Amino acid sequence: MSKKEQVKALITKQECMTGEIFEMRIKAESIAAEAKAGQFVSLYCKEGGRLLPRPISICGIDKEKGELRLVYRIAGEGTREFSKMQAGDEITVTGPLGNGFMTEDLKDGMHAVLLGGGIGIPPMLELAKVLPGEKTIVLGYRDADTFLAKEFEAYGKVLIASDNGAVGVKGNVVDAMKAEGVKGDLFFACGPKPMLRGIKEYAAAQGARAQLSLEERMACGIGACLACVCKTTKVDEHSQVNNTRICKEGPVFYAEDIEL
Amino acid sequence: MNLSVNIAGVTLKNPVTVASGTFGSGMEYGEFVDLNRLGAVTTKGVANVPWPGNATPRIAETCGGMMNAIGLQNPGLRVFKERDLKFLADYDTKIIVNVCGRSKEDYIDAVEQLADTNADLLEINISCPNVKEGGIAFGQNPKMAEEITAAVKKVAKQPVIMKLSPNVTDITEMARAVEAGGADAVSLINTLTGMKIDVERRTFAVANKTGGLSGPAIKPVAVRMVYQVANAIKLPIIGMGGIRTAEDALEFLMVGASAVAVGTANFVNPYATLEVIDGIAAYMGRHGIQDINELIGCVK
Repeated sequence: MSKKEQVKALITKQECMTGEIFEMRIKAESIAAEAKAGQFVSLYCKEGGRLLPRPISICGIDKEKGELRLVYRIAGEGTREFSKMQAGDEITVTGPLGNGFMTEDLKDGMHAVLLGGGIGIPPMLELAKVLPGEKTIVLGYRDADTFLAKEFEAYGKVLIASDNGAVGVKGNVVDAMKAEGVKGDLFFACGPKPMLRGIKEYAAAQGARAQLSLEERMACGIGACLACVCKTTKVDEHSQVNNTRICKEGPVFYAEDIEL
Repeated sequence: MNLSVNIAGVTLKNPVTVASGTFGSGMEYGEFVDLNRLGAVTTKGVANVPWPGNATPRIAETCGGMMNAIGLQNPGLRVFKERDLKFLADYDTKIIVNVCGRSKEDYIDAVEQLADTNADLLEINISCPNVKEGGIAFGQNPKMAEEITAAVKKVAKQPVIMKLSPNVTDITEMARAVEAGGADAVSLINTLTGMKIDVERRTFAVANKTGGLSGPAIKPVAVRMVYQVANAIKLPIIGMGGIRTAEDALEFLMVGASAVAVGTANFVNPYATLEVIDGIAAYMGRHGIQDINELIGCVK
């Protein structure tokens, strides 16, 4: 378990990547030192009426500089406030939170398939960076705004899907996998629930395991409030019911352990 | 300087605890704060058997507050005793166990199961707005509140705090009822029932449709109710509702609360409890107050 901390971090970069997708880099040495692919951080608003932290996935970890790269979408007033902050501003951040991907599952010679849909794409970039071996990367976008896609090319074969068919295969990442006949030994994914359901089925059909990263509205982000639960197939050890905490036990789960 | 207060014969080293449901049993927040520094840890509501809670989304932010409808998800007393109470035994803090139930029998079963444990105080939740049966039914009807208090008191080995709902016409009527039932203390307020609509999706922001509003937005209501109850009954009061700073806590103490609980603020600032404790001590220093008890109820 990584050591968590709440710190005031210096924003070192803030840039609009495309439309409502923004990139923010923050200097938070202690969090960057502990962070791993698939974990997230909580960012806090300055506007006093907005109390709750916003969970944001980690897109990149620069341990040397002590920086985190966060790529996020404006989804409401809180993230809109973040997008207006500038390099040089301070932001309160808690992290690293959650457990990240189980990268140790990938054994020598195994072929990994990494899948990201929409704002589920950013955490897959850090994973692509750290996962060894041959990989297929499948990214699903709304339209032709294929943020981050170029950066993935350094780490494997990249396939693109878009909802409106403007680029790549029309449809989501599962449609793209079907079109290309993608095969893999281990699947890693982050994105909307319908996409994750499709991946769960696709991987199972190949007899492969899938690690799925989930999203839910959160309050504490550390496992105390029980707001962000998902249904589990077996009784969860902590909750003693068929519910598990996404922020604490997750956000990454084996597909067979959760109900989507 | 004395910061210790007394709740129904139990001495808290300082008047600061946490609001049930915002702090788990302290395991998670223990990664941020030294639990030994708290006057007491109030655990998340636990029932005689595990409860699955409500569907998600379970929370929504509102201006200056949040709504929750967790639905009292809890692991049941068997695991709670083995795990959570064992965990807390290693800390030098008092333990307030919040107990929930769907029926009188549930509450009695739970309270009996807690008899031989290290729980210092029991807080009986008759005010959760988010579960259909039990809970709030007892908290909105004075006759039932008195009855459940008496029934719990009969079997409880620890002093009993009754947690009151603000979702009533006259909270003093409920306070008098639990006092008549033999309660040793009261805590207030639980959340205010609210509703939020997600206009983009044209649906309710929380799956339960209604949720309990908490956070700074409700503090003036809470202070007013603590003041009213302090003037209506003789029992010690644990005050809560929107506390995030020492000044907030002092407001509650000054209108008659003997202790205070930090709730939603924990989600915003995991160090909030300690900042409130240090802030109260600093206030006392600044004003030359030797004993915190001088401040309790000083505003009439």
